[in-house]
Amino acid sequence: MTSTEHASRVTGGVGESPARPDATLKTSGEFAFASDLVAEDMLWGATVRSPHPYARIRGVDVGPALATAGVFAVLTHEDVPGENAYGVKVRDQPVLAVDVVRYVGEPVAIVSADSPEAARLAAERVVVDYEPLEPVLDPIRAAHDKSLPALHENGNVVRHQRIRSGDPDPRAEVVVSATYTIGMQDQAFLGPEAGLAVPAEDGGVDLYLATQDLHSDLEQTARALGLAEDKVRLTMSGVGGAFGGREDLSIQVHCCLLALRTGRPVKMVHGREESFVGHVHRHPARMRYEHGATRDGELVYIKAQLYFDGGAYASKTPVVVSNGTALGTGPYVVPNVELDAWGVYTNNPPCGAMRGLGAVQPTFAYESQMDRLAEALGMDPVELRLRNVLTEGDRLPTGQVVDSPVAVPKLLDRLRGMPLPPSLPSGADVRDLPGGVSNTTHGEGIARGVGYGVTIKNVCYSEGADDFSTARVRLELVGGEPLATVHTAAAEVGQGIVTVQQQIARTELGVRRVNVHPNDTSVGPAGSSSASRQTYVTGGAVHAACVAVREVVLHRVADEHAVAVDALTLTDGAVSLDGEVLADLAEVLDTAVEEKREFHHRPTFPMDDEGASDRVHVQHAFSAHRAVVDVDTELGLVKVVALDCVQDVGRAMHPDAVLGQIQGGATQGLGLALMEEVSVSDGRIVNGSFTDYLIPTVLDVPPMRIEVLEEADPNAPYGVRGVGEPPTITATPAVVAAVRAATGRELTHIPVTPTRLLGLDGEEQQ
Amino acid sequence: MRVTATVNGRERDADGVWECESLLTLLRERWGLLGSKNACEQGECGSCTVLLDGAAVCSCLVAAGQVQGREVQTVEGVDDPAVHRAFADEGAVQCGFCTPGLVVAVHGLLRRNPAPADPEIREALAGNLCRCTGYEKILDAVRSAAEEARS
Repeated sequence: MTSTEHASRVTGGVGESPARPDATLKTSGEFAFASDLVAEDMLWGATVRSPHPYARIRGVDVGPALATAGVFAVLTHEDVPGENAYGVKVRDQPVLAVDVVRYVGEPVAIVSADSPEAARLAAERVVVDYEPLEPVLDPIRAAHDKSLPALHENGNVVRHQRIRSGDPDPRAEVVVSATYTIGMQDQAFLGPEAGLAVPAEDGGVDLYLATQDLHSDLEQTARALGLAEDKVRLTMSGVGGAFGGREDLSIQVHCCLLALRTGRPVKMVHGREESFVGHVHRHPARMRYEHGATRDGELVYIKAQLYFDGGAYASKTPVVVSNGTALGTGPYVVPNVELDAWGVYTNNPPCGAMRGLGAVQPTFAYESQMDRLAEALGMDPVELRLRNVLTEGDRLPTGQVVDSPVAVPKLLDRLRGMPLPPSLPSGADVRDLPGGVSNTTHGEGIARGVGYGVTIKNVCYSEGADDFSTARVRLELVGGEPLATVHTAAAEVGQGIVTVQQQIARTELGVRRVNVHPNDTSVGPAGSSSASRQTYVTGGAVHAACVAVREVVLHRVADEHAVAVDALTLTDGAVSLDGEVLADLAEVLDTAVEEKREFHHRPTFPMDDEGASDRVHVQHAFSAHRAVVDVDTELGLVKVVALDCVQDVGRAMHPDAVLGQIQGGATQGLGLALMEEVSVSDGRIVNGSFTDYLIPTVLDVPPMRIEVLEEADPNAPYGVRGVGEPPTITATPAVVAAVRAATGRELTHIPVTPTRLLGLDGEEQQ
Repeated sequence: MRVTATVNGRERDADGVWECESLLTLLRERWGLLGSKNACEQGECGSCTVLLDGAAVCSCLVAAGQVQGREVQTVEGVDDPAVHRAFADEGAVQCGFCTPGLVVAVHGLLRRNPAPADPEIREALAGNLCRCTGYEKILDAVRSAAEEARS
């Protein structure tokens, strides 16, 4: 290597926006997603699922299925060798149902055959004798009515959490109250659940799959298989989006059971309809809120009762209750709080993690309340928010002091300062109007509205979870040039963690070439790609491992030149002292350097019975949205004209990816505001397809003006603040507020579909 | 049923194709062309978009038998560096499951209309769902690819 080469600056480090290493493979179609996996002599798996929301199983006859041509195995709960129970927080869900089914779609048996068609045919031929039972479908009754059957050992309440702070009997001059409800949203990731299990010679199994958390899957899968964890090896395959929907097991245990039984590789892929019943959804919620304030707009108290329908199994319900409670009053100072949240079991589809976990529902409610209060006070809604907003050093109702900058006033000020889109010209292009090319209006009957939304969201795991990640970093010469290899189990679900790991290694080690090793379970846990935590914790682990590698490299040069280690720097492929190159990195890598580190964030603590905790959350993130909509007031059609966002990200590690997260998150929030709802009737999903469950298309999404602030969190690696969730949370109340402003309607239920907007849905008005 | 078609410029055939089999299944399971993705298999998401005699179609909605003697172009056959590069450079790729279908759709659009205005781009891509990006960067990619192709 010549000196001119190491003088060239290493690009693609932290704060820049290098292209994703997987982008080229993805545009060419060569990138292998989990549903693209193939193996020689592969069999296909299929699942027999309950048609009833609640039923006793009297018997299962697998004979006709086994007699089907091409079938290799038909398994029931009797074939589960380990513990027939799993769950991300509570192990309450059977791998295969035993004597009862608790939701429509619950797996009862699994089948493998030499073609997907034969597997499906055999699955239809498994005869299950059910005795249907009266299902528990109303979450409020599930919480309080002891006469209902208990769906699980401990009754039907998964978690009840209270917060009591301040005066229990506060008086306020102005009081507003309402009940808000929110439908069931689906993650609607495009890549279906899929995996390929390959039996191994040591009696174990290798599973290639799409997941958000390899080690959580490993622990649950090995336990169900009755195998030691080192006999079950999980390797990430391409993940086609996740958004929380891949935190719970889907095909993992089933696929491995079939592979171990048949001795052949087994592939399972869900179709879209099966995907809708095969993964958890966002909790539908019913929330009654009462806000009391002084006449000049100072919040005096909030009283609220929140019900989250967790469906048949617990999944992330305990965390939804936690977030819904601890964040239930929003980014505001509220001296007196009386808040109760229940997460319950019902016979509805199981609900669990989805982007914005537990904060999406209350934010819709409390932001709607802030607008309602502003109207009651005759105040500008943004002024009301600013009057009550948290600042650094304030306490949340849990008692936790917010100990990093709170940029909310800046977010709102900047948002207000952004130009509004021009008013609709007469003779506007029909494609820009509500209804678009359906040609339902030419501008008549159109009203415009503007609305705002703000939120506070916790980042990382909370309430005492040991939330950590592990990274192994190796620095060596390959082809005469330094190469860093980063190995973690962090799931790349589309958000860009692979790129961020490369950026950190380039910045800390001054090397151009960085490989990210395929993620598998041969390195320590990284935790889930969720809770906006992966750049924080895995970024922190990669940083720590790189720093350790750098120390070793610098020691080698320090020893040789008899200088102090602290005086040396490693940048741009060389070790320097006061700007003078002492050695090329290549010269000191005669043997490779490898270090492994864990990163744990500051400890957090659970809430007590009154909701108190010194630190429930390790970090908070904030965002604000302003929406502008045009509404066809005759047809109830809404066109979002603008959806502008200001967010503080602490540090923009990859500015382009930050924008992508904000735009994508806001689009999911827009979807929840206007169209996305899993319709459940008698416990059954009736719109489980992309024909009937609508997500925004490119015609539904407006141009988005986005401003990013970087007010570093002094406690976080690089000062980062989680990015992915807040924009999803704030887009929804902003869009609904804009529709309210345009129409004057109350709109207490989301999504605001055309029939609801026009009051034609037959539901009681709040 | 035996099906013969020209796929990405090369003649391919398959025996024993079922009457109800889709072109998507034919491509993925028989011909090993996995670039066309299987997201909804109902013609709603566009992840499996291919060009059939030059027109963009969802391959899940085309019966395999319908392609007899016709030309199919899948993402594997889209030799359009400007489009590929624009998607990578503009940050239009996140999880990437929708990307192959979008690349085919954009390639088809720019061949028909080398200088599409935004409303035309939006209309042309309305059949391709993306759950990650919010579409903004996909629009940037199309504008940038169109510009590069013209210059």
